[in-house]
Amino acid sequence: MAVPPAGMSGLTEIWVYLARDPLAALTATLLAWLAALRLQQLAGRHPLANPVLIAIALLVGGLLAAGIDYRAYFEGTRFAHFLLGPATVAFAVPLYRQWQLVRRSALAALLAVLGGGLFAAATSIALGFALHTAPEVTASIAPRSVTTPVVMGIAERLGGLPSLTAALVIASGITGAALGPLTLNLVRVKDWRARGLAMGTAAHGVGTARALTVDATAGAFSGLAMGLNALATALLLPLLWRLLPG
Amino acid sequence: MIGSLAALLLCQLAGEVVARALHLPVPGPVIGMVLFLAALTLRQDPAPEALSHTADALLGNLGLLFVPAGVGVVLHLPLLARDWAPLSLACSPVRWPPSR
Repeated sequence: MAVPPAGMSGLTEIWVYLARDPLAALTATLLAWLAALRLQQLAGRHPLANPVLIAIALLVGGLLAAGIDYRAYFEGTRFAHFLLGPATVAFAVPLYRQWQLVRRSALAALLAVLGGGLFAAATSIALGFALHTAPEVTASIAPRSVTTPVVMGIAERLGGLPSLTAALVIASGITGAALGPLTLNLVRVKDWRARGLAMGTAAHGVGTARALTVDATAGAFSGLAMGLNALATALLLPLLWRLLPG
Repeated sequence: MIGSLAALLLCQLAGEVVARALHLPVPGPVIGMVLFLAALTLRQDPAPEALSHTADALLGNLGLLFVPAGVGVVLHLPLLARDWAPLSLACSPVRWPPSR
């Protein structure tokens, strides 16, 4: 067997290896994340410079430019995606640290999250109908305020497209995390508990990630809101969906 | 750190088993979070330091974990080109919970 000559065929072999092995996908994702964090710092930690958005934009550009299939990329980064589960469980720790505060505002928090979650689902469905979106698109967007690992199952029950839902949920989280702090400043909500609840209900994990970096209390309440919203939407949305005509 | 990771995974696993056994529509990790919180509350002591470190490390980089699924938007670029108006409206944060 002759050793393949260096040059084109050698490069192709390396390319095939890189496209298939998790090493390249994970490395690219971590580098994109670091670049996004750096850019966020350069922008003075402005909420609009959301690192999740920047990292996704960099990687989407990279995949399109290199002609790499998304499924191959996702296979490679499955490990990072898997960590969402343990991270959700880990929210028990900040919640426990703030337990006294959480317990005192439990009822108000519950009502706020229920109201916010229902409003989010209702406005998404109403907009879908009003603007004549395809039914599977409406079903994909209805549960958009719930965190990613939770939402795929709900969308499947409603007849949505899980991968579209995942993308929309993250888009929702990014818009919430980017515009949320500005909106809250505009309406003069200063209480960290209220700000955390708002971020967790409307922008789930992405908003919570932002809240955690800003204030520990806001982060704990954001995690609480995210969990409660996931519970409420998972229980109520399939029931509400059945009541809709058509 | 390995001990804390094992504890987190154990709670998630228990959550998944409970969700499936009782046919709950609630996702396993959320039940796992409730179970873990219950366990911490029962202990009454502050959370162990190793556990705090692991939880903070995971949650401090929470945004990174959303990136792989978010890049999936690349699959739906044609659909987004068609339905971009309702989708972008529905994603905007015009609906905060009543906050006091």
